[in-house]
Amino acid sequence: MLRFLWRRFVAGLATLLVALFIMYVLVDLAIDPLADLRESTAPNKQQLIDQRTALLQLDTNVVIRFFQWLGNVATGDLGTQWRTGQEVSSLVASAIVSTLQLVTAATFVALVLGVVVGIVSALRQYSSFDYIIIFLSFFLYSLPSFFVAVLLKQWGAIGFNDFLRDPVIGTGVIVVVALLSAGLWSLAVGGSVRRRMQTALVAAVATGGLLVYLQVSGWWDRPHIGPVLLALFGLGTAVAVTGVFAGLQNRRALLAAIVVAVLGVVLSFPLDAFFRSTDDESNWMTALVVAAFTAGGAAVGVAFAGPDKGVSARGGAITGFVVGALIIVDQVMGVWPAYFEFLRGRPIATTGDRTPSLGGNYWVGLLDTYTHLVLPTIALILISFAAYTRYSRASMLEVMNQDYIRTARAKGLPERLVVVRHGFRNTLIPLATVVPIDIITLIGGAIITENIFGRPGMGQLFVQNLGEADIEPVMAYIAITAALAIIANVVADIIYAVVDPRIRLDA
Amino acid sequence: MSTQDTPRTPNQEPAGAQEHLENAIELQDVAGLSQGQIVRRRFLRHKGAIVGMVVLAAIVVLSLTSVGFGPVPGWWKYTGASDPVITNPGGRPTLSMPTWLGGEGFAIGEHPLGQDEIGRDIFAQVMKGVQTSLMVIVVVGAVSTAIGVLVGALAGFYRGRLDTALMRSTDLVITMPTIVIGAVVGKLAGGISGVLFALALGLILWPSLARLVRGEFLALREREFVDAARVAGSSSRRIIFKHILPNAIGVVIVSATLLMSQAILLEAALSYLGFGITPPEVSLGQLISIYQSAFATRPWLFWWPGLFIVLIALCINFIGDGLRDAFDPRQKRIPSQRAMDRAAARSGLVPTSGTAGGTSLPGGAGVGSP
Repeated sequence: MLRFLWRRFVAGLATLLVALFIMYVLVDLAIDPLADLRESTAPNKQQLIDQRTALLQLDTNVVIRFFQWLGNVATGDLGTQWRTGQEVSSLVASAIVSTLQLVTAATFVALVLGVVVGIVSALRQYSSFDYIIIFLSFFLYSLPSFFVAVLLKQWGAIGFNDFLRDPVIGTGVIVVVALLSAGLWSLAVGGSVRRRMQTALVAAVATGGLLVYLQVSGWWDRPHIGPVLLALFGLGTAVAVTGVFAGLQNRRALLAAIVVAVLGVVLSFPLDAFFRSTDDESNWMTALVVAAFTAGGAAVGVAFAGPDKGVSARGGAITGFVVGALIIVDQVMGVWPAYFEFLRGRPIATTGDRTPSLGGNYWVGLLDTYTHLVLPTIALILISFAAYTRYSRASMLEVMNQDYIRTARAKGLPERLVVVRHGFRNTLIPLATVVPIDIITLIGGAIITENIFGRPGMGQLFVQNLGEADIEPVMAYIAITAALAIIANVVADIIYAVVDPRIRLDA
Repeated sequence: MSTQDTPRTPNQEPAGAQEHLENAIELQDVAGLSQGQIVRRRFLRHKGAIVGMVVLAAIVVLSLTSVGFGPVPGWWKYTGASDPVITNPGGRPTLSMPTWLGGEGFAIGEHPLGQDEIGRDIFAQVMKGVQTSLMVIVVVGAVSTAIGVLVGALAGFYRGRLDTALMRSTDLVITMPTIVIGAVVGKLAGGISGVLFALALGLILWPSLARLVRGEFLALREREFVDAARVAGSSSRRIIFKHILPNAIGVVIVSATLLMSQAILLEAALSYLGFGITPPEVSLGQLISIYQSAFATRPWLFWWPGLFIVLIALCINFIGDGLRDAFDPRQKRIPSQRAMDRAAARSGLVPTSGTAGGTSLPGGAGVGSP
């Protein structure tokens, strides 16, 4: 293992150096720092050109400049952006934060949704649901990201903001949405005609009821979760998670998850009071709250034990996580009316990653970050969702045709266990090699999404400086992304070996 | 989950008969056919792929004949040059839907897809952009397939030092951002012509293909038929191109198709960002980039180029999916319940009857004949 790592490290370093050299020469060819001066009509044009040439050492050979740059980088100096004189390292640091904000949520949501939908689609191969999902994923996969992003900006943002000004959903729309949800759920769940009708009915009533409730209670003007919805969501999560991972006949696991949900609702009252009284909230504190809920949930699961400690603990932890996250979301929603007022009723932003001179407390800042994240995140999710759905569907189909699945069924395991324990886990193996590479590539910036929504992330740093002929930020970007790409490949190999014992790295 | 109906009702025919039926259906597909015929049949059965082929062919014909190609003039009267005569107010499209679709009667009119603010005909513009996209697809497909196959084949066949060297250079290419390549080509050529840009894209998109081909060659070179060819005195070149490559052709074709659909989106994205094809040449991404500010006032300037990008990419993706199904022997098409019932009925076996055990089944050939 160590030998493998060492070998990969050396090879990676060599690749990186060669790549950096080639890119330095290419970028130097591509940009022209003197372009604006050449066209200038200033009387001291020649002097200005000489000045800049001296500043950027343009008369030195590009190879020598590369090694000078490399030497600086090796000592930890990424250089300066010559147009503004800012340190590249500080530019990169702020850009990475912005990019991570965007990429984390998008990847997580797309991965969970994509895997779930892909697996259900594979389990119901050649059903109408499967065909719908195949077509949808092909369609999303063929959409150019800039097209989606511009559409979201022009339609999504403006349309939603207009809706919020006068938040009334027409009866017709509610009926159509309820019918759509009924159709989709009944196709996804399947089963006999009777069962399909039941599912459709439940889905239609739930969706329509929710929309009507939101409308009647004025939720759009004062969004909140509150104890009732929190309890509803918490219990729903508890039942769903137990149903998938433990089976509803595992009473202990079910009880553990329900206890976690109830405890969460009870704890939300003192937490709310605490958040109201304190003023020094921070990201650490919110993260700590969610982590504490998750750990608490796991602890409750262990305490209830049941036939399988791990299963109860997992169910408790997931329920705890959901409830904790919802409590935080509730806090964020609390500042919505004030925020809405401040932005004169157009809260969904289309550019940047924060509203300048906003002020307000921590929750307002968080809400502001979210409203800026919504559209670019949706744009990213739509596209990676399609890719993950296709991966997990293909992988699940392959796994479910294996002999060990037949064996599992033959020895009488319930279908839920066959799918979750034998099917699902093995489906994740090929995904484990794709996902780290995807994530790390995305840190390099969703260049197009960032460009269209004007988010000052890594991709934007790269594109802007390339346009402005500033080689040092560009090379810093290339160095970071290339290094990450190489690391990602090694990480993918290691994960592959960990999840699949048939693979040995030393061989 | 209730999604599988595997535990069958107890009073059904025994598993042996069931399996026999499945095999019969499967055999019926392949009996007495060559590999090529099987692949062609499976491909033609994939409805999505066929629709994709037809639509793509229609787009190709439309774009090539309407505005002409190279020196050959087309039948469309406008060339996309600016025009002082603006037919509809604001340059609104003259294309209208038939009355049963809520329009004012079907009409194509002077400028079916509208005009922009200086009177350029959008249909001509979009068709030129489509030609560029198609050209990019062809060039990228050809260049990166050629390089990818060559590199992968050499690395996988010869292994050892050559393999290491080639794979390291593959890693090298992967780390390079495509945007820089666009910028460099633009700088060196002084404004990017479509062909040059497509060539550059082809030169950096091959690594994924090379890796797949290498893996395929590593596996195939250990097979008996390669040993047999070597014993018979074939040269390495002959083994690579005559014996191994035809066996790996499925992988190559499928991933080349996917590469092409990736290439058209990439070209559009780079042109959108301004690091791709530059005027006077027209690209769909570039059209969207120019016209996106007019979204609120002249949405047709934005919709049509986007529609054609999506259509082309969608067609190619469907064709790729059909090819994958056709070439992959592991992708067994599990017969649906209806197909099973039909086959059973044809063979004289009532599918859900209680008389299961004793019924004898005719042979596979009997199932196949109508």
